[in-house]
Amino acid sequence: MDSLDVKQKKINKEYQDYANSLSPKSKVFKNCMMAFIVGGLICTIGQLINNLAKIYYGMNKEEASTITSITLIFIAALLTGLGLYEKIGKRAGAGSIVPITGFSNSIVAPAMEHKREGYVLGVGAKLFSIAGPVLVYGISTSVIVGLINYFFVK
Amino acid sequence: MSKHRMGGQTLYLTQNPPKIISRASIVGKKEGEGPLAEYFDKIIEDDLWGEKSWEKAERRMLIETAELTLRKAKMEPRDINYLFGGDLLDQIVTATFAARSLGIPFYGLYGACSSMTQTMSLAAPLIDGGYADNVLCVTSSHFCSAERQFRYPLEMGVQRPPTAQWTVTGAGGVLLSSDGKGPCITHVTTGKVIDFGIKDTNYMGAAMAPAAADTIRAHFEDTGRGPNDYDLIVTGDLAKYGRKLTIDLLKKDGYDIEDRFIDCGCEIFYESQDVHAGASGCACSAVVLAGYLLRKMEDGEINRILMASTGALHSIITSQQGDSIPGIAHAVAIEKKG
Repeated sequence: MDSLDVKQKKINKEYQDYANSLSPKSKVFKNCMMAFIVGGLICTIGQLINNLAKIYYGMNKEEASTITSITLIFIAALLTGLGLYEKIGKRAGAGSIVPITGFSNSIVAPAMEHKREGYVLGVGAKLFSIAGPVLVYGISTSVIVGLINYFFVK
Repeated sequence: MSKHRMGGQTLYLTQNPPKIISRASIVGKKEGEGPLAEYFDKIIEDDLWGEKSWEKAERRMLIETAELTLRKAKMEPRDINYLFGGDLLDQIVTATFAARSLGIPFYGLYGACSSMTQTMSLAAPLIDGGYADNVLCVTSSHFCSAERQFRYPLEMGVQRPPTAQWTVTGAGGVLLSSDGKGPCITHVTTGKVIDFGIKDTNYMGAAMAPAAADTIRAHFEDTGRGPNDYDLIVTGDLAKYGRKLTIDLLKKDGYDIEDRFIDCGCEIFYESQDVHAGASGCACSAVVLAGYLLRKMEDGEINRILMASTGALHSIITSQQGDSIPGIAHAVAIEKKG
């Protein structure tokens, strides 16, 4: 039995290697460039909003940051609702996932998807199905960093 | 030893081989923009088709396909002995809810995307053995309902790798009968669950290709037939890379099927439709069979085909727990007689 398993494992390994060799690789360079351009563009828009808030509305640094986040989140949510963010994401990849707009997209998309199962068990329960892991590990990391800062820095 | 078995996996239907007397297919908008558009009975205008959810739209496609299949044969649900149906959703709800509307004695079957030939594999011997006169086989899938169940919400901006496949929105049905005119099902080769350890859910073609190759090889060994006995050998939804893998696996066994081998997943969409490796889903082989292949048989362009729908039998939970993706393929030989 063991020898059969070994034989099957060898067949599997050979097959998997061959299957992987057939599969074309994702276009890493092109994807990186697109991510760089789109991600950079989103951040530039954010900077623009930030500067406008400071220069024309006389906001301080903190207020301007808050209004920038709110505006970007709103725009991404709107684009998600109109079905456009998905189209941007298809081309931009990480470029539209990493900035705060990607977070907005990952909350609005399940909200739209699960509306039909009701507001409590649908939207409510599934709202963070994608953003949840980001929150869990983001908050956990910030707690750890905070503790390190409290005990060891200064 | 049963008189009607050949080899280890094949049934030989000799007494009263069932005839495919009627067929129908309904597809989504994107499928209706593909190369096979003219062969489908109906193309729905959008993914919701006026319903409140994609699940409801899929259900309606399946029900209307079943009704259309019956109408074409001038039959009513009460004339049908059994309804065999399957789909991709959890608890095969599309098929069961459709069966609730149709009121025909029902077996719901899950074979993932292999459902079409799975239902036919079970319906055919019932008729040949004299246990049924008319059996309706229907399957469906819907891009949106499958996507939300197996992957991400539709509006999520994510990239798909080149080996990913696009679930067909559609439903296909065939009516098998002991009486009437149409091509016959002469052999049924039941597939084994085969798993070569592929874990990538974005590379289903590779997960299913060993099963497709195994079933086709078993069919040849059991029946003594070879590729040259068929005008076409058809698989369900292996798509571009799975098709190539199947050809290569069968070559190792000494069967060269390349010149007469098509995969439904490579036929439904144009490459420009951005579906990456090709199509998938229960409806993939169902609508290609019910729409395109059987029409080609009617027109006399092809006379004998071996049809093997292919399925990936994993769940989200097994994949997340690190299990590989088991594959299956069931083959039926369809032949135009006289």
